[in-house]
Amino acid sequence: MKDGFARPHDEESALREWKSKRRARIVQQTLTGASPVFLLAVWELLSRTELIDSRFFPAPTSIVGTFFDMIASGEMLSHVSISLLRIAAGFLLGTVPAVMLGLMMGMYRPMKAFFSPLLMALMPIPTLALMPIIVILFGIGEGSKIVTIAGSVFFPVVINTAAGVANIDRIYIDVAKNYGASPKAFFFKIALPGALPVMMEGIQMGQAIALLTIVAAEMIGAREGIGYLIWSSYKLFLFEPMYVGLILISFFGYMFSLLLRWLKNRLVPWQ
Amino acid sequence: MHAPEAKIAIEGIAKVFYKKKQSILALQDITLRIRDGEFVTLLGPSGCGKTTLLRILAGLEKPSAGHFDVRRTDEQKPLQSMIFQENGVIPWMTVEQNVAFGLNLRKLPAKLVKERTHYYLEKTGLTPFAKLYPKELSGGMKQRVSIARAFANDPELLLMDEPFAALDEQNKFILQEELLRIWEEHRKTVVFITHSIDEAILVSDRIVLMSAHPGRIVAEKRIDLPRPRSVEQIRSDPGMAQLFVEIWNHLQREVQGARSEFKPCKG
Repeated sequence: MKDGFARPHDEESALREWKSKRRARIVQQTLTGASPVFLLAVWELLSRTELIDSRFFPAPTSIVGTFFDMIASGEMLSHVSISLLRIAAGFLLGTVPAVMLGLMMGMYRPMKAFFSPLLMALMPIPTLALMPIIVILFGIGEGSKIVTIAGSVFFPVVINTAAGVANIDRIYIDVAKNYGASPKAFFFKIALPGALPVMMEGIQMGQAIALLTIVAAEMIGAREGIGYLIWSSYKLFLFEPMYVGLILISFFGYMFSLLLRWLKNRLVPWQ
Repeated sequence: MHAPEAKIAIEGIAKVFYKKKQSILALQDITLRIRDGEFVTLLGPSGCGKTTLLRILAGLEKPSAGHFDVRRTDEQKPLQSMIFQENGVIPWMTVEQNVAFGLNLRKLPAKLVKERTHYYLEKTGLTPFAKLYPKELSGGMKQRVSIARAFANDPELLLMDEPFAALDEQNKFILQEELLRIWEEHRKTVVFITHSIDEAILVSDRIVLMSAHPGRIVAEKRIDLPRPRSVEQIRSDPGMAQLFVEIWNHLQREVQGARSEFKPCKG
């Protein structure tokens, strides 16, 4: 293209390049779509031919059958609704104070100096390891399960929120100061929106941890819930319902992350 | 210069920074008077403390010694507003919200806020972009937001911290002329910082030359060219070429001198 104009053979080679790129893209998409189907097909085949023990690895089609049976009997609804309720309550109970404490720590150095060592010391302890204490404090009922989830959601959110405030570019703080922002205006116009992107990452992490925790929390002293479904089925050697429980966890994990991504796009439209 | 009508009176300001166990004298004995409506530029090599001086005037730093006074004409007006270097535009506010920032913080009536915001959006050609977030704007457009925000706030004096340093040359010329055009309307007192001699000559009534390590005022130059000025006019004026060389020689001596002394300093 010495003279700056595309000549016919250039156009041809550009078209060829474009076609080969498109082909590569189609291949990749097909592979992405095919991988779960492939896995399920192999599983089905191995299970039906008893090459793997069908008691532990029941065929996907029979798991799907159990899935619909459980919907029809209403059993599914009761497990799912109680688990979702616990997750929602625990998630809120953990996130709200975490956001407040994180903002305070990000804004006021003495707060950070005081709370940082406590958080650092408590964070590595898995909340599940504290379940016996939590049960003693909050009883065997709903309280202890909600508190367990809240406790495990709290840490990633508080740490990300504090980091979010601390990472706000100095220049915006100068701008607010120069234009005479009151502490309240600074909080609502600079600290909170400025920390929001990193805070949302913490909340996404918290959501993933909440799902991990609910399953374990419901293995102890629960009569219903997805975690109970998995654990009790396993103990009774009923593997179909156990796999149904695992599918439910996977499904809700995906739904929650979609929901939070949507929320992030609404709350942080400027990124 | 000790006229009673001084808008800003800076009296013996010094600033010391402490780094670990070292203390660094960033500003030494700065005394300066600026008339009402005067456009004054602080010009000097980086590390001469010009930004520190501006930040003191902006209330973002406290002087280690000395003081300054700004004579107020209207108690309702804010004392000063700053046009920051690049990135001073707040990314989570739309263009309109950024321009209205100072006005809203002062809780002015919504009608007045809207009126004044729209006036300066129009002046800076930002009206079509009012609802956009800064990430969608070019560097030049962002700096227009910063300019509109400061002018809309209607302060007693305007502070400008190398507002065009990050722009490409064509955009810089365009924005320099736009800034002068908007400034001509009210001729507020301005303290402007730059390291560009051309820019200083174009915009200033008076250039205050500073040296580094420590930051001191070493000379002053009046620019008596008639206003309104344009880039073209300044460039074609032979007297200005002479002035450029003079200032350049002066700064060169200062930079060389500073280099041979080799002391660290914070800009």
